[in-house]
Amino acid sequence: MHYALCDYVLDIVQNAVEAGARNVGIEFAESGESTSVSVSDDGRGMTAEERERALDPFYSDGTKHRRRKVGLGLPFLAQAAAQAGGSWSVESRKGEGTTVAFRFPKGNVDCPPTGDVPGLFLAALSLPGGHEMAIRRVRAAAGGGSSAYELRRSELSEALGGLERASSLALLRDYLESQEED
Amino acid sequence: MAKMSLEQLRKLREEKKQDLTRREVEGKEIQIIVGMGTCGIAAGAKETFDAVVKAVEEKGLGEQVIIRQTGCMGLCYVEPTVEVVKPGMPTVIYGKMTKDVAKDLVAKHLVEGKLLDDHIFDRPAADIMKK
Repeated sequence: MHYALCDYVLDIVQNAVEAGARNVGIEFAESGESTSVSVSDDGRGMTAEERERALDPFYSDGTKHRRRKVGLGLPFLAQAAAQAGGSWSVESRKGEGTTVAFRFPKGNVDCPPTGDVPGLFLAALSLPGGHEMAIRRVRAAAGGGSSAYELRRSELSEALGGLERASSLALLRDYLESQEED
Repeated sequence: MAKMSLEQLRKLREEKKQDLTRREVEGKEIQIIVGMGTCGIAAGAKETFDAVVKAVEEKGLGEQVIIRQTGCMGLCYVEPTVEVVKPGMPTVIYGKMTKDVAKDLVAKHLVEGKLLDDHIFDRPAADIMKK
């Protein structure tokens, strides 16, 4: 099992990138009561049968590791959501893409901590590949209501001259932390 | 910290580039590859990645080091795993590379040029390791 909600999100985002997506969309919304996340991609998608199999922890399609018999990303998420009284969904169409969404109620004792959100975005944005990634982050504002900001991988990569050099990643980290300010 | 704009980010990047020209680091580039499969993430690879970024920058090696992510390297039992490719040193896959050990990795392997013997789980061959 993962420790924090951010870890579940990164795992799902990695799946999206590995599915050959050209576009990945992440919405990460937190209110006082719950955390809701959706990750959508236009990667290779799954048939209904493949989708069912992806929820079986003792199944892997064998493309990443030939002799591996486990695939734990989605099963971890489903188990954690069920334990914490949350909800989750996986919608997928073969050749069109996949959307994974989940919601955790903060009041439940089994709800994992949110984790380090700027750290999640840093790791997600710097996953290798030529894809676009759009992130929308919504938070409860200090004075009531909500505030939001958006990030676009192509813009950040252009501003930083790529997202691989440690100095660029350190600057990106500062930038992402500053976006969490009210 | 006030909210930074994309323009400010671009400017900071330009300033950094001027501090150290690319010519100075050519041929000396170091690659650090962090395993970010489900097993790695469950063991704290995201925190390790973050710690590596911070430690490299603190040691002033930011322009010289490329940090990448990959999936599972097949060493799930010793996650988080990190591969280091440094010119003049053997390529090593380190295991049990938690965020605290990641700081030692930067100080010892990258700065001092010494291997962290207790964390080597693949390459170089056993006879190279000082045990």
